[in-house]
Amino acid sequence: MNVDRLPATRVRLLDPYGQAMIPVPYRVVHRHEETADTVTVRLEPVGDGLDAWAPGQFTMVYAFGVGEIPISISGGSGPVIQHTVRAVGAVSRAICDAPVGSILGLRGPFGRGWPDRPPEGDVIVLAGGIGLAPLRPVILAGLREPGRLSVLIGARTPADLIFTAEYDQWRAAGARVLVTVDRADATWTGHVGVVTTLLSQVPVAPSGTTRPAPTGYICGPEIMMRLGADALVAAGVPPHRIWVSLERTMHCGIALCGHCQLGPILVCRDGPVVDAGNAARLLQHREL
Amino acid sequence: MIPSDTAQGLAHRPWAVFFVCPDRRGSEGSIGRGRPALRIALVIDDADRDRPNGVKIMSALLRSLEPLVTTLRAEGCTVVGPRERDGAIVLDAIDSAAQLPSGWGVQTGPGVYRLRRRADRAVFGHSAGPQAWKRFLHPPRERLWSADRGVDGTLTITGPDEEPPRYAFLGVRACDLRAIAIQDRVLGASPSYAARRRAAFLVAVNCTEPSATCFCVSAGAGPDVEAVETRPDRAPADWALADLALTELAEPGDAEPLYVATALSPAGGRILARLPQTPAPPDVVAAARAAVGAATDHMGRSLPDVDLREMLAASLDSPHWADVAARCLTCANCTMVCPTCFCTSVTDTTDLSGDHAERWQTWASCFEVDFSYLHGGSVRTSARSRYRQWLTHKLGTWRDQFGESGCVGCGRCIAWCPAGIDITAEVRALTSQGAER
Amino acid sequence: MSGSVAAVAKPSVVRPSLAVWKFASCDGCQLTLLDCEDELLALAETVHIAYFLEATSTVVDGPYDVSLVEGSITTEEDRERIVRVREQSRILVTVGACATAGGIQALRNLADIEEFRPRAPRIWTEERARNERATREDRASGARGPCERTRAQEFLRVVYARPEYVSALGTSTPISAHVRVDYELRGCPIDRRQLLDLLSALLAGRRPAIPAYSVCEECKLRGTTCVLVARGAPCLGPVTQAGCGAICPVYDRGCFGCFGPMPGANTAALEPVLLARGMTDVDIERVYRTFNAATSTFDTAAGRSHEPPQ
Repeated sequence: MNVDRLPATRVRLLDPYGQAMIPVPYRVVHRHEETADTVTVRLEPVGDGLDAWAPGQFTMVYAFGVGEIPISISGGSGPVIQHTVRAVGAVSRAICDAPVGSILGLRGPFGRGWPDRPPEGDVIVLAGGIGLAPLRPVILAGLREPGRLSVLIGARTPADLIFTAEYDQWRAAGARVLVTVDRADATWTGHVGVVTTLLSQVPVAPSGTTRPAPTGYICGPEIMMRLGADALVAAGVPPHRIWVSLERTMHCGIALCGHCQLGPILVCRDGPVVDAGNAARLLQHREL
Repeated sequence: MIPSDTAQGLAHRPWAVFFVCPDRRGSEGSIGRGRPALRIALVIDDADRDRPNGVKIMSALLRSLEPLVTTLRAEGCTVVGPRERDGAIVLDAIDSAAQLPSGWGVQTGPGVYRLRRRADRAVFGHSAGPQAWKRFLHPPRERLWSADRGVDGTLTITGPDEEPPRYAFLGVRACDLRAIAIQDRVLGASPSYAARRRAAFLVAVNCTEPSATCFCVSAGAGPDVEAVETRPDRAPADWALADLALTELAEPGDAEPLYVATALSPAGGRILARLPQTPAPPDVVAAARAAVGAATDHMGRSLPDVDLREMLAASLDSPHWADVAARCLTCANCTMVCPTCFCTSVTDTTDLSGDHAERWQTWASCFEVDFSYLHGGSVRTSARSRYRQWLTHKLGTWRDQFGESGCVGCGRCIAWCPAGIDITAEVRALTSQGAER
Repeated sequence: MSGSVAAVAKPSVVRPSLAVWKFASCDGCQLTLLDCEDELLALAETVHIAYFLEATSTVVDGPYDVSLVEGSITTEEDRERIVRVREQSRILVTVGACATAGGIQALRNLADIEEFRPRAPRIWTEERARNERATREDRASGARGPCERTRAQEFLRVVYARPEYVSALGTSTPISAHVRVDYELRGCPIDRRQLLDLLSALLAGRRPAIPAYSVCEECKLRGTTCVLVARGAPCLGPVTQAGCGAICPVYDRGCFGCFGPMPGANTAALEPVLLARGMTDVDIERVYRTFNAATSTFDTAAGRSHEPPQ
């Protein structure tokens, strides 16, 4: 199990993180209920904010007295940070319930995010459920050259789709946006099936042609990312140009607590974004 | 580096006695704050004894540790050293060298640790005990911050503002010194760890008494302090690892052991300069070196001489993990006693009013079933996967993550495992199974 | 170090109501709540103690935000009462080994309550609970020998003035065998600090931090030397769930497992360890047959010691 392209071990002197241990207060300035259990909050720093973030990075979000969890950044500009949170436990529930005007604590931004898209070649974004949240900044950046961008979105049911109001904006900007659900409801007239079935509608340059190789960005449940990466490889995307975002439990976010180990990597430091080849090598072992 | 006149004068003597310290070079004869001139010993046993940090190796003979303890306490340090308590040699604060475990040795084996009386009065004549120095540098429980919600609706978050304690560790073995270096690399970014670590004064001790569970030689972590201290790959390189090194020489019948003391850092040089001492005679220095050399040949155990990182990476699906899991209690003792295991969990708390919140960091272990908990369940539920995580991390993936092995061969995990699971035996089994495949 | 000041909405002040219920138990766990001397006033200010007969005879009708339930189910009446308690409780927390595991009185599960004759170990199962009433009816119809009946009656007369009033189920079962339980505080008795942590967590809407790891970890956090390794003392710490603060080893004795088995406890691996520390098969059976005897992990461990070595 060799892991390629991991950063050289960093020798960290003194105190590069400064107060990375202490949450910085942010105020909830906007709140939007995406689905029955998922909320997007826009947060503005009360005083000095965090450093600039990059797409695919995460922050540790603290709800007063309840606890702290890692959440990917789904957008924001300037000092504003946007998080999209699905309520699956006490802390995520508290963040989802935080009213406009209330205060959350943020630490970060942490982790290695999505690599920039290469100068040329198609860009394929594959998102499952809440996995669309960390990919949203990739999509927004990709809209600068919309002709290259395909966004494939899957969810369990139509009611579980997030950012639905933005799909048409992305299409209007020139991106190919395809949506599917695992289970349709009465109102659904679109595609039904797992997200990889949408790939047949996306022309991918076969390898060996003169067209530059495409790049894939995948986020969703672990099984979906594995199958999604396989499908992209089968469609001709080189494995080292497919990126996935891993999830492991995290307590510190800065490679001190050990919780997010996945074999040779610390997901908070060496991830959450890793290339599909490494991800496949790591995830092939059960309970790693 | 050495004042030329003296150096020339001593050049014909292999074990010349002298003192050098970077900030007091050439100040021989008048060290100390207005105290009578002390003659400080420096053993120049070869020409290349310059240390990377510019400090010259120098050795002195101490006939008692009491002045050292007194001096360190006078410097404002909390002196922590080995003490005999509850049937073990534990690490705790001492205010006198008389509290050191004089004449106590230990006998260890898988799942067994017993004190025994020694024929001599050595105070460092015992191998690793139930605790490691991480207890002080990386405490079991630590408040990271507290937050208050005022009656007017304001929120104040306050970080730790206490002065970091100034510890002086007395009797850090080579394996444990190496462990501190390993934790420096992992935890150096933690402000509170860094503060405690930087303030600490370390008196290392060369090990002359390895036990049946020791394997520091094959782990590249002892028994010679200096070999560990000067490892070129040590990081962060700007921290002194140890300040003083001692070698204890105890003979049955002697009232007190002799100590050959060597300064390893400028701070160590300054402290050593203030201690009553005599030059270390060549035969004593030679005896000290011989004792450490003999320890090298008396390791109770060893790690197999293979690339453990590669071997373990190829063994993730070995049937041997199930074999260990049948014996493993998943009680986490091995991780708790391990001097390098660093994992922690944080717990957020509130008081009953709900207006005062705190975050506490506590030692945690990859053997906890909740350790890998992600919404929906834990990643590592089986005992097999949890033991595998520990062993493969310690000896294999630690290298991927931090560029070095996480094991120092202190043998604590073997002795303090109630089920007596022996990491060296398990690695050997995995190695031979791998070779068969 | 840092002071970050910001306006934050204080949650509206509604005092949650707390009820404390007793089933078959010794009251020790309830007393732990009263033993929170320093925090009791703060607690009374924060929560509305609506039902707590050990502390006050004032009773406020439900529903209750939090119910603490002490004791096990040993009678037909209690089996019905716990269902009503559950219906009235938003969060139900069982406190102590009786409520979480059936308690010491679950030793009755190993014998026939009427006959007082040791039988093969049996633990509570759902099926058995369903059949319990039928069993009792069978017994009432006289399906047993006259000698045994006499012995049982003799025993009851020694203990109770009016043995005919005694009406008990054949088993002592944990609350979770009857109704859904939200959180469990283990121990005989429970740990005061853990109780306060739990109440603080529930008040803040936080998931209580109830450790699922071994007592060994608490020994190590405290800096207590392992009594098993350094003294050869038999100790159940490696298979017992933490939460007590490792009190017993601090006082130089082995853990006797009053917090019950931790998740994934490997009692099979501990057996040779205990035997090597001088315990006999009978000792091992006894050490597991205490407050948590009816948990399947400890029951299996107690039974295993009589199995021939494989």
